[in-house]
Amino acid sequence: MLDDFFSRALLAAVGVACVAAPVGCILLWRRMAYFGDTMAHSALLGVAIGAVLGIGLGFGVFGVAVTVALALVVLERTGRLATDALLGVLSHSTLALGLVVLALSASGYRHDLIGFLFGDVLAVTVGDLAVIWGGGAICLAVLAACWRGLVAATLHEDLARAEGVPVFRLQMLYVVLMAAIVAVGMKVVGVLLIVALAIIPAAAARALSRTPEQMAVVASAIGVASGVIGLFGSLWLDTPSGPSIVVAAMILFLASFAVGPIARAFR
Amino acid sequence: MPGANPLIEARGAGVRRGGRWILHDVDLAVAAGEVVTLIGPNGAGKTTLVRVLLGLLKPDTGTVRRGATASIGYVPQRVHFDPTLPLTVERLMILTGRRPSEAVAEALEETAVGHLLGARVSDLSGGELQRVLLARALLRLPNLLILDEPVQGVDHIGEAELYRLIGGIVERRGSGVLMVSHDLHIVMAATDRVVCINRHVCCTGAPEEVVGHEEFRRLFGPNAAAAAVYRHTHDHVHDLAGEVARAHPRGSDVAG
Repeated sequence: MLDDFFSRALLAAVGVACVAAPVGCILLWRRMAYFGDTMAHSALLGVAIGAVLGIGLGFGVFGVAVTVALALVVLERTGRLATDALLGVLSHSTLALGLVVLALSASGYRHDLIGFLFGDVLAVTVGDLAVIWGGGAICLAVLAACWRGLVAATLHEDLARAEGVPVFRLQMLYVVLMAAIVAVGMKVVGVLLIVALAIIPAAAARALSRTPEQMAVVASAIGVASGVIGLFGSLWLDTPSGPSIVVAAMILFLASFAVGPIARAFR
Repeated sequence: MPGANPLIEARGAGVRRGGRWILHDVDLAVAAGEVVTLIGPNGAGKTTLVRVLLGLLKPDTGTVRRGATASIGYVPQRVHFDPTLPLTVERLMILTGRRPSEAVAEALEETAVGHLLGARVSDLSGGELQRVLLARALLRLPNLLILDEPVQGVDHIGEAELYRLIGGIVERRGSGVLMVSHDLHIVMAATDRVVCINRHVCCTGAPEEVVGHEEFRRLFGPNAAAAAVYRHTHDHVHDLAGEVARAHPRGSDVAG
């Protein structure tokens, strides 16, 4: 089964989607969607640095994403610019810097640009799959272990801290998780669309959920469905796979508007 | 009367922000079974002081000590939960830790909102949410309740009921209470001590004393004092039957 490029693509998309969606729920609740985008855009600089230093693209992406997140925290402390302005600066300058460094590096990667930006899930290797499923499993395990604290910290920071939740540490850990999702998911939908795979299924799940846990599980299911529908759709219509997955997620999101009221009516 | 064994105690606490002291030289202690009401105008630093006491904010000067036996139940000020996060009352109750469902139901019963167990938090009225948050705090079996403006977003009738409820809890459980209020419109009849702050402790004492205090009148104006005095004459109507206000069971005549 793993010999078939389409099966590998399906497994990769499913693996990334079911981890990205619960992480995306927290992104949504914390109103950090654009923060996620910034981290993802910086991934291209990570690719370039990883290539130049020869440390591997995944580690390059992960390292740069975490660095950008920390830079944001430090810049926010100065209080001179609003967070959205800082995100705009960081997001686009790291993306541009990535493109420039990639061009200068004269590595073989410059020709893969479209793949980095929009994903190349049909070229996923067995090794990639191992990274996606292994990394994904670790992310999910960490997320599950920290879930209650993360939800509490998201809902009311002071209340959570007063009741002994290590809010700051959890927030840092969450940033690391988000960076890992970007690094792992880049191959599937690319740096420009990875956050879509986190945010859109989570947004679709909101109308169908009564508790945070329900929303995480439903979001995962919607993410997986988007991956499967998107890939088959791209095969059928001969469209690019990454964007097709995101379009499928969008359609499910729109459908959730209809399902919400219907589900409530029958409750 | 700062007891010998305070559950929580601040000494000389000061907080500096942007080059000025938003709180300075604050001494405050709450002992077991004692009900302390913290009042002061908007911007007086009441919530800052609460955050210092809870250990959420490190004071720039002074110390905060928590008694070895202190366990705190906290109801924060003006809670607004973002509706993007789906939440039922049941899930809110176990936000930071698992509890047996019987204990959850019991706590909600104690604040008279047992029927709301399965309700969406976003559907609750202001009063219902405050009761749920109070039940949450009780679930931790605290011997000190810290309530930051517990009646905010609650109408007048609900306000009186909520104070009566808190009075009843104090009576049953014997817990100490530190309650924040921005006016003396209703200070619980059960209040042992009022601490009036405006960046520092302006005056402190029994409710009757504080109302007569010059600093208090300056802070709240003659009208507030009049309102408070009115309450007191009202209390005295009750008192004709007994002798002193303290003769009442705690919180039983909150509505005046």
